[in-house]
Amino acid sequence: MPKINPNHATARRRKAVDKLMTSLIVVATVLAIVPLVLIIADVASKGIPVISLSFLTSLPGWSAAGVPTGGIANALFGSFIMIVIAFLISVPIGVGAGIFFSEWPESRLSTISSFTNDVLAGFPSIVIGIFVYIVIVLSTGTFSALAGAVALSIIMIPIIARSTEESLKIVPVTLREASMALGVSRWRTVLKVVISTGRSGLATGILLAVARALGETAPLLLTVQGSNLFPTSLFQPTAALPLLIFNYGMSGDPTLEAQAWGAAFILIIVMLALNLSTRFLLGRRLGEVRAEI
Amino acid sequence: MGTTKIEIKDLKAGFGGLSVLNGISLQISEKSITAIMGPSGCGKTTLIRCLNRIHELTPRAWVKGEVVLDGANIYDPEADPVAIRRRIGMVFQKPNPFPTMSIYDNVVAGLRLNGVRDRKILDSVAERSLRMAFLWDEVKNDIKKSGAALSGGQQQRLCIARALAVEPEVILMDEPCSALDPVATAKIEESIMSLKQDYTIVIVTHNMQQAARVSDLTAFMYLGEIVEFGDTTSVFETPKSELTEKYLTGKFG
Repeated sequence: MPKINPNHATARRRKAVDKLMTSLIVVATVLAIVPLVLIIADVASKGIPVISLSFLTSLPGWSAAGVPTGGIANALFGSFIMIVIAFLISVPIGVGAGIFFSEWPESRLSTISSFTNDVLAGFPSIVIGIFVYIVIVLSTGTFSALAGAVALSIIMIPIIARSTEESLKIVPVTLREASMALGVSRWRTVLKVVISTGRSGLATGILLAVARALGETAPLLLTVQGSNLFPTSLFQPTAALPLLIFNYGMSGDPTLEAQAWGAAFILIIVMLALNLSTRFLLGRRLGEVRAEI
Repeated sequence: MGTTKIEIKDLKAGFGGLSVLNGISLQISEKSITAIMGPSGCGKTTLIRCLNRIHELTPRAWVKGEVVLDGANIYDPEADPVAIRRRIGMVFQKPNPFPTMSIYDNVVAGLRLNGVRDRKILDSVAERSLRMAFLWDEVKNDIKKSGAALSGGQQQRLCIARALAVEPEVILMDEPCSALDPVATAKIEESIMSLKQDYTIVIVTHNMQQAARVSDLTAFMYLGEIVEFGDTTSVFETPKSELTEKYLTGKFG
């Protein structure tokens, strides 16, 4: 009986090429992950020793001899306030725009805005910073947390709008038709059925936008400037984590530099937490929808 | 046979430059089951989607002509499509329960989304609709479970219950059993037959045996036109058109 695979040489060569390609791909993957691992390890090793309750809760200060003491409480609070305000501005606008792009694609306004939205998403953040500097800082006469929040929301809106649009577009047409066939109006269908079905994608987009905004430094340089005091009003120069990392890191003073590592570690922890939570959200929900298709 | 519930007058419809319906005129009798059958592509789905104004939701879709429900044209410019769709319900070919809602929430969705909040009303509507769809006994203990966790046949009966909950006068069914096995199909046909006492039913099917089993009146469509229409027994046993006869004997389709 003839053998099923008479040509051993070709088969061996094919297996060897297969192994080679697989190895190359694995190497590429490892190389891609290495920077992330190295950064996290570096920041963790230099930052963790600095973290303490007083580090997180006290303000920057100096002892009589000029040695820096104190912590990053003002920067933590400043960043937090700015993110919250940026969130409150960008979520309604971004989600609203995303809904419009997805549910009313036939409108001219929709196609044009969707395109400009994509352009804005790729804008250099320092340009956005300059824009807000001119429009808000110069006209109000002061650096402010408000200006910073506005700059951050301009960065966040396109991200949220795009992911909202994508998540809603995935919702099957047949679900919209099912709702409309029950005599439900179009806007109620969008609000109660479409958004409800696409909600995990929406949440993911918002979380990713927040994670991005947390780390933006350039626009903050031009809008909030930074400060050593605890924020008391939205209309004064305010401290923020990325700014603190930048200033302390370049200061040349070993204590301040150590504090910069600590702040960097905090930033990375928060970003990792946000990113991981999106995996959890998206993974579960997509699983449910897939099961019934 | 009975009074006319819906009169379709010279209905033309299509997408963009493509014409799918070439002038359909038909009378749908009240409280009976009218089957629309024909080979793929003849326009039967488009026809049924014009009856509850779902067709126009597709981009580039157009409609000409009149569809008169109880004496009023649903395509009148003053007519409200949302109100019409509450009177004419639809069950789709592939079961489409709302995936994020439980069985109970699915059934009462039509009421809830229109503002009905009273728990007692919703509870009684849910039970009544599920009974009419012959699904109550199977799910009454699991009514808060996800709608997507049911089998295909159960999901389709859930969709029927959902359509019934808003108390329409007419129920349109677009090949409701084509994605289901014979056992599930039989259950659904049973519930359809029991519904005709209270509702006017129009069912599109490419399964002519189903049309013969279930309907009182049958229309045969081909290439966007009604070739023959009459009571089911006559159409099947003594078709007037040669085309109908060819379709029934399987010479094409």
